[in-house]
Amino acid sequence: MNIVTQTWWMTHRRLKALFRQPAVLVITLVQPAVWLFLFGALFKRVVELPGFGSSSYLDYLIPGVVVMNAVSANMWSGMGAIDEIERGTLNRFLVAPIRRSAIVNAGVIEAAVSTIVQSLIIVLLGWLAGAEFPGGVGGVAALLAACVLLGTVFNGLSTAMGLAVRQRETIIGLSIFLLLPLTFLSTAFMAKGLMPGWIQHAAAANPVNWAVEIGRTALSADPDWAAMGRLGGGLLVLALALVALSIRSFRGYQKSI
Amino acid sequence: MRDNPGPAVMAEALVKTYPGDVRALDGLSLAVQPGEVFGLLGPNGAGKSTTIKILTTLARPDSGTATVAGHDVLRAPDRVRRVIGVVAQRSGADPTASGRDNLTLQGRLYGMSGSALRKRVADLLDRFGLTEAAGRAVKTYSGGMQRRLDIALGLVHRPQVLFLDEPTTGLDPEARAAMWAEIARLAADDALAVVLTTHYLDEADRLAARLAIVDSGRIVAEGEPEVLKGELRGDAVHLTLRQAAGTGVLALLGDLPGVRETTVDGVTVSARADDGAAAVPGILAALDRAGVPVAAVTVARPSLDDVYLRYTGRRFDAEKTGAKTGEQTVEVAA
Repeated sequence: MNIVTQTWWMTHRRLKALFRQPAVLVITLVQPAVWLFLFGALFKRVVELPGFGSSSYLDYLIPGVVVMNAVSANMWSGMGAIDEIERGTLNRFLVAPIRRSAIVNAGVIEAAVSTIVQSLIIVLLGWLAGAEFPGGVGGVAALLAACVLLGTVFNGLSTAMGLAVRQRETIIGLSIFLLLPLTFLSTAFMAKGLMPGWIQHAAAANPVNWAVEIGRTALSADPDWAAMGRLGGGLLVLALALVALSIRSFRGYQKSI
Repeated sequence: MRDNPGPAVMAEALVKTYPGDVRALDGLSLAVQPGEVFGLLGPNGAGKSTTIKILTTLARPDSGTATVAGHDVLRAPDRVRRVIGVVAQRSGADPTASGRDNLTLQGRLYGMSGSALRKRVADLLDRFGLTEAAGRAVKTYSGGMQRRLDIALGLVHRPQVLFLDEPTTGLDPEARAAMWAEIARLAADDALAVVLTTHYLDEADRLAARLAIVDSGRIVAEGEPEVLKGELRGDAVHLTLRQAAGTGVLALLGDLPGVRETTVDGVTVSARADDGAAAVPGILAALDRAGVPVAAVTVARPSLDDVYLRYTGRRFDAEKTGAKTGEQTVEVAA
């Protein structure tokens, strides 16, 4: 059995588990819906600030909320890794004749699929609420691609932490420490020109902001392809680095048993 | 591949140290023949599970070599993985998936597919009494059903060597009896070698054709249970004292004719005698003269517990509870 078949069956298992509980996918969408519709309504008039540069706050928010959801959903992957260790499932796969990379790949693919499904639902909710996407289908696809890459980064980080530390508290801490700070240090909720200078600098180095910027320009009437390529390239490099890290942490786990 | 003439499992001088200088294995060697049920008996922490982890390619030894069905666990782990089935202490079954789905995926990981896989899964479900529950999520299964599924998972790909790591720990007596019957059936399969770890003496005695006693990371005794017991020559005499006694008791009993191998462990004194019943009055009289009051005496044919005692110098039950030993030391000091 080759690596592709192995990856397929490992992924098949995870996706089956995912779609066995569709309610989980929907429940995790409550948070983004709150951001989109409550936060969006509360700060509706923020677009009237001179220099905001957008006429509808809902339109403005959608890429930010979609990206934020991709970060928060993927940050829990370490929990799954800890569950699989405690249940003995990981060891069962490690003594089977399959490659370690098939196990890691399956995690990445599952994360990508659930990120795409959730992102599409958020986009759809926004559209039903009257948001406009001048960038069209291509723009949405670019937003999804950015979310998948960013999701892979946080999925890899969380998985590596789960395998290395094997404590649920660490995964919860990771989420608390990173999610909101990284979101607020980006243009998810506020236009760049209106942010304090230091936050503008922090945002430039923040991968969450890269994904938001890709999504926002992709959904606009006049996408900046050069910027998308540059930021997308950065996300791709980070994603590959984090996948490599999580493969390493598998080796580390095996050394510890 | 199956007519491989060598041993099913061969381990030589395995050493494994964990961080914090915990020496889990200290030169452990063993050999398991094709088709036999081999028991690894020892208390928790003796090194049984570490041995299984190394033989199943999960962990690497610091030094030493091991082969399974002729394949080196370090140089050809993938070949080893193809010919072994592993039933670990922790199930590993996916609790949200059905029994049938778990078995089907397991078969696929070993390259099985199509109608051959479907038939194999159906046969195993039937054999382990899980056909009715096959479509239900595993989390709804009872402990015994889950354990039977675990064994089925280990057998899907028809391994040459099956590793069972404490298969009955945590099961109620009824489920344990059913599991014993199941393992006994596995023993009837001549093509399958079974390596079983347990910290239950009766389980090892009953299931293993041959067994090894593991103590502090090495094998201290190995053989057929009957032979090991036979080597003890004579009955076991166990005395429970009213209070812990020092080593003075050893000299006291050592002088008596026909009494051998006296050991003392807190309030428990054990000895061996050619004729146990005949030796008891002499022993009691000697202790009485020395002012050591006795609470209870038992005389028994040799058991595995006695074998364990002889090779490790400790009683098996005292090991399992752990705290007991410490308690007794305090008493002696007082």
